[in-house]
Amino acid sequence: MELLINLTINGLATGMLIFLLAAGLTLIFGLMDVLNFAHGGLFAWGAYSGTWIYATTGSFVIGIIGAIITGLILGVATERWIIKPVYGNHIQQILITLGLMLVLSEMLKVVWGPNQISATAPSYLAGSWEIGNVIIIKYRAFIIVVGLLVFLAVQYILKNTKIGLIVRAGVMNKEMVQSLGINIQKVFMLVFMIGAGMAALGGVLLAPYSGVIYAEMGLEFAILAFIVVVIGGMGSFPGSILAAILVGLSGSFMAYYVPDLALAVNMLLMAAVLIFKPSGLFGLKG
Amino acid sequence: MMSVQLKLDQVETYIGQYHILQGINFEVRKGEVTVLLGRNGAGKTTTLRTIMGLNPASKGSITYNNEEIKSLPTYHIAQKGIGYVPEDQGIFAQLTVEENMKVAMKSENDETKERLSYILNLFPDLKKFWKKHGGLLSGGQKQMLSIARAYVNDNDMLLIDEPSKGLAPIVVEKVMDSIMQMKEKTTIVLVEQNFMMASTIGDRFYIIDDGRTVHDGPMNVLKEDDEMRRKYLGIA
Repeated sequence: MELLINLTINGLATGMLIFLLAAGLTLIFGLMDVLNFAHGGLFAWGAYSGTWIYATTGSFVIGIIGAIITGLILGVATERWIIKPVYGNHIQQILITLGLMLVLSEMLKVVWGPNQISATAPSYLAGSWEIGNVIIIKYRAFIIVVGLLVFLAVQYILKNTKIGLIVRAGVMNKEMVQSLGINIQKVFMLVFMIGAGMAALGGVLLAPYSGVIYAEMGLEFAILAFIVVVIGGMGSFPGSILAAILVGLSGSFMAYYVPDLALAVNMLLMAAVLIFKPSGLFGLKG
Repeated sequence: MMSVQLKLDQVETYIGQYHILQGINFEVRKGEVTVLLGRNGAGKTTTLRTIMGLNPASKGSITYNNEEIKSLPTYHIAQKGIGYVPEDQGIFAQLTVEENMKVAMKSENDETKERLSYILNLFPDLKKFWKKHGGLLSGGQKQMLSIARAYVNDNDMLLIDEPSKGLAPIVVEKVMDSIMQMKEKTTIVLVEQNFMMASTIGDRFYIIDDGRTVHDGPMNVLKEDDEMRRKYLGIA
């Protein structure tokens, strides 16, 4: 029983980190029809900038805020100068965002050096709680709580505000939203910024969880995030959290029970969804 | 003579490599219902999409209240006061009727609320299914929602693309009645294949053939010209 609870907590924590990356990706994908392969780069920049700010200031909270601001700034710059000129052209989007991903990764090495950097959780989040025979690692519980809070906040905005309504409508029919007098370009930029901010938050939270950060981490996590987007359904925000939890849990359980299949299980899940429900579990398109 | 609200002069539009509109000229007078007629594929829908900037014109001029709007982005054209009801109705399927209306409403001031109340009285079905998802409405209800959404703001022109398409005759009648009532409050440009409907509502007509406007005049003239109807519309 203790083992099951621990595997579940591990899976949920990993799932939440993937969710933070995938949530922005799915909204950008759904609303803007943009295949942003550079999203993982924003995640890695969040990890590096947040860890550096944390190390410099000694405050993990300031580190998190710094990472989010870095994500927002990079998000605006990416949308304005890289994505905007290639709206509507998927081939160009893939090429330019893959290129940007490489540039962002290499820039990390230029700024912080090519070696891995170790990261630790602040003392108040280090250690664990012991409840009966179950040991709950504090930092993992923290990631789960933060992930859930972000989900609830964004979900609230999507459901209860005019801008959220416009984003949901835009995912379904951009042309109609514009025909109703709404400047969708401004909405695009906002969504891209929020997506980038969430990715950067995911990155900085991952750092103490994995213990080390490295320039290529963005690409590795971006692959998982793309799998989550496919499973959850393009453009579906609730779909992204459920699929991320599914991917996190399946990875955690398989790594323990059938380690050889741990990496393959996500691909198998994605393949099953593509065969039986190509629009994803909660797909709004297709 | 009523003032000209919208004017298209030698408008040409390409979609990809296809030269769809090859010279569209027409004027819409304030307070009138102008009907665009023509066979399938003649360019009627593209004409409305070109006015909205969804398929931007490559040549010619489009003026609205004497202001050139040809190069403006779609949202800006809509903000000028043009409401658009597309052929596929453009309903946000996973939003409720209420949410569909709220996306469209630029503000929630008294005037907008009054217009909302007017349009809901015109289409009581929308009030009945206020909390229902747009995708679950019938074809006629979707059409009503699409028209209501275009009307709810202070738009002084509506572009309505084939409102009778795919609807049962009884529903067509209902939609037609409501457009007749709205005619008193706003200028309408209507694309319609159903000549009975078009001739009942319309004040003026333009016939589009192969991407060009080929005839125009008061609707009464077309009603009496069997030869023209047979030639361009395929009906006697």
